[in-house]
Amino acid sequence: MAEQAIPAEVLEAAGPTLLPARGVDLRRSARLGLTAGGVAVFVSANGMVEAFSKRDIVGPISLGYAMLLGVALGFGYLAGRPPQVLQGFAAPRPGWRNLVGGLLAGAVAGAVMAVFLVLIATFEVRRIFLNIGPELVREAPRLLTVGQDLGPGLALIFGLATALGGLAGTLHLLRERWRRAVLAAVLWVVLFGLLASVVIQVLRGIQTQLRLWTAPIADVLYAGGALSVAGVALVAAAAFGASLLRTSGRRRRPLRRRLDQLPDTSRRLVRVAVLAVLLLGLGLLPQILGSFLSEVLNIAGIFLLMALGLNIVVGFAGLLDLGYVAFFAVGAYTTALLISPQSSLGLGWVFWAAVPFVILASAVAGLMVGTPVLRMRGDYLAIVTLGFGEIARLLFLSDWLKPVFGGAQGIIRIRDITIGPVELRGPQAFFYAIFLFVLLATYITYALQDSRIGRAWAAMREDESVAEAMGVNIVVAKLSAFVVGAMLAGFGGALFATKIGSIFPHSFNVIVSITVLVVIIVGGMASVPGVVVGALVLVGLPELLREFEEYRFLLYGALLIFMMVNRPEGFIPSGRRAQELHEEDMAQDAWLRERAADEREADVTAPAPRKAGEG
Amino acid sequence: MSERGEVGEAGPILELRGVSTHYGPIQVLREVSIEIRPGEIVCLLGGNASGKTTTLKTILGYVVPTRGDVMLDGQRVNGTRTQRLVELGISMVPENRRLFKRMTVRENLELGAYLRRDKAAIAEDFERVFTLFPRMKERLGQRAGTLSGGEQQMVAMGRALMARPKVLLMDEPSMGLAPVLVEQNFELIQQVNEQGTTIFVVEQNASMALSIADHGYVLQTGRVVLADTAQNLLDHPQMREAYLGEL
Ligand SMILES: Nc1ncnc2c1ncn2[C@@H]1O[C@H](COP(=O)(O)OP(=O)(O)OP(=O)(O)O)[C@@H](O)[C@H]1O
Ligand SMILES: [Mg+2]
Repeated sequence: MAEQAIPAEVLEAAGPTLLPARGVDLRRSARLGLTAGGVAVFVSANGMVEAFSKRDIVGPISLGYAMLLGVALGFGYLAGRPPQVLQGFAAPRPGWRNLVGGLLAGAVAGAVMAVFLVLIATFEVRRIFLNIGPELVREAPRLLTVGQDLGPGLALIFGLATALGGLAGTLHLLRERWRRAVLAAVLWVVLFGLLASVVIQVLRGIQTQLRLWTAPIADVLYAGGALSVAGVALVAAAAFGASLLRTSGRRRRPLRRRLDQLPDTSRRLVRVAVLAVLLLGLGLLPQILGSFLSEVLNIAGIFLLMALGLNIVVGFAGLLDLGYVAFFAVGAYTTALLISPQSSLGLGWVFWAAVPFVILASAVAGLMVGTPVLRMRGDYLAIVTLGFGEIARLLFLSDWLKPVFGGAQGIIRIRDITIGPVELRGPQAFFYAIFLFVLLATYITYALQDSRIGRAWAAMREDESVAEAMGVNIVVAKLSAFVVGAMLAGFGGALFATKIGSIFPHSFNVIVSITVLVVIIVGGMASVPGVVVGALVLVGLPELLREFEEYRFLLYGALLIFMMVNRPEGFIPSGRRAQELHEEDMAQDAWLRERAADEREADVTAPAPRKAGEG
Repeated sequence: MSERGEVGEAGPILELRGVSTHYGPIQVLREVSIEIRPGEIVCLLGGNASGKTTTLKTILGYVVPTRGDVMLDGQRVNGTRTQRLVELGISMVPENRRLFKRMTVRENLELGAYLRRDKAAIAEDFERVFTLFPRMKERLGQRAGTLSGGEQQMVAMGRALMARPKVLLMDEPSMGLAPVLVEQNFELIQQVNEQGTTIFVVEQNASMALSIADHGYVLQTGRVVLADTAQNLLDHPQMREAYLGEL
């Protein structure tokens, strides 16, 4: 809802005394409750709750239930949150309205859920909603009411939702610092529960003496594959404490600034040491993680490689390419042609001999896509590149090129990568190949970001014609973005081909492009850490939790919408992207904030500046 | 830095010779001839849609003239890429400033010097820009989009100067500024000119522009209808009637 503008005279008259802000808007809370109910019904009806109910994450609470509880808690939290404070208003005092807002949302959501249950218990809903699974109708009442009869079950659902909503709402009564600590605790408990198998595997699987110490930890934290009571307590306490520690006392100077103050030589030393430790840790990863988790990591790594490439095209240069899979395919087919003894070329080269050709082929492909779209911008560019992606797949599939690419039969018997006499066979060994290329891509990304061409891209992304007036060669800038992006995707394709061992055209469909795009959007456009996290979470997690697979794109979609509404700059944004997306929001300007803080420090004795109605 | 040549003596540094420009089938410029000599301030006046911006776009190679020539230092440059023209010493303060809004003031200025590689000289020019616009120094880290209109005009000018242009093109620098600021702005333009930059400024604010210019041209529906020294234009009856009316 649009906030009413406050006339300047009113603010002027109010002077230094601030107008009190309104507290929680209960109508909004009720609306949020309805949304929550809708979400809960939706995830129940499409079978997610059921599918996820086989994995216990915290004690007897399965992932399915956790999801429903999470909906009540999450929306309760939102519903109890006071509205944003505008300039000229005092922050509303926390009070009963926060609690009531949460309770209301929970109650409405619970009621919606109850109505849903009554409906499926009394009507043949499957007649109308064909997609509702038969298990749901049979099982849902029992499943959703935790095995109670319908009457008590409904009461339970309603009561639980209301209580959880209220509980979440009351969080706003806490001071910010404590609230954060609570949220951190909840988040980490869920994370440890969700990743139970990984944590257990890591703690039990460590292959050194350390194992004597780590294996018992697993036994304490987990029972029967889910977090035990002790586990919940430990994890929550640790997260809670850590969060409090982090926000305690004097604000420490940022690490970076402290690093900058060191003399040059020791600074370099610190940097090298950090990098070495990091690399060593990552190098040991496959040994610690074991085969299955390494495989998950490898798949995420290939997508990460592509995401880093697309990040250059979309994030840096601002060219929305929806046909990015084409370059992935080119890399994969080039590799397969050259190193499989059974390809049409029948060369059977070693992998490394093929790499220069992968670079060449994907660069050429980048130019081929880039050149015709030089004059296109925005939507048109997106649509045309989407077409290019499909054309690439169809070419590899076509009968016409079957003698070369093998049509639907693809190319098989692609040899493993070898380093000297060592064959990188199996996920744990293969990790190192992926690691190498991801490192390279990361380096390229950072190097380009600070380079002349990086600045040219940034300028072009903002205003093409003004960039031109600065002397930026738009043709060179666009083509180089396409070529570099294509090369990184080509590497991804090369690794994919050797990892799988055989490739088929259907692996290179538009879904790959979309997935990579979602990774960079959700992770944080133009931000390397964001892209890394995005790839691990969006690609790695569904591989890890197989039951996600079926709902993968539903979750991507939900996540995309959520991010676009709440945090369009991505999970870990790059500084500039965050600004771009909050253009009108002055408070986002970190620099302004810092300056204001400096000024405040400078004249603490001066009277407090008037908050409103000035200049 | 280019020395201030004796005004009017040297050959023109920038010249339009009977230039016609079309957007597709629509003719916008009709045989426009303009001469700009080194060290001068020349202004191009005209109402809305008379083709002023188009003239600048034609000079900077965004559009290619369909007839006539654009000459830079006696060389024919029509059809040359914008990038090359910037290299040859033309830069522009675009209409509405068009800063890179999401970048900081510093980044904007750096992009102005995009084609240059002489680090020391660039640092020098930063200082020069700061002496012209002292406010800018304290705003270096601020996002350009959050600057006031007046400040943005300064940054736009600073950005263009960072290229060390021989000729600076300015498209309606007074647009959207309060009268006081307009005056200040024109003083700054004069100052920049005195430091040796030739200036070709497009304006609707005729009296202001003529007060600092050496020569002026008046454009009407794409045709130059008056061309004279600034002083003569100020006294010209037709000018007084049409453009300087209420003054
Ligand atoms: N890209 C374009 N395509 C087609 N017509 C154009 C284009 N750009 C400008 N025009 C037309 O050319 C004419 C002159 O435009 P121009 O921008 O040069 O005017 P101007 O003198 O700068 O006006 P103003 O003072 O309002 O900025 C206008 O009629 C305009 O509609
Ligand atoms: Mg104009």
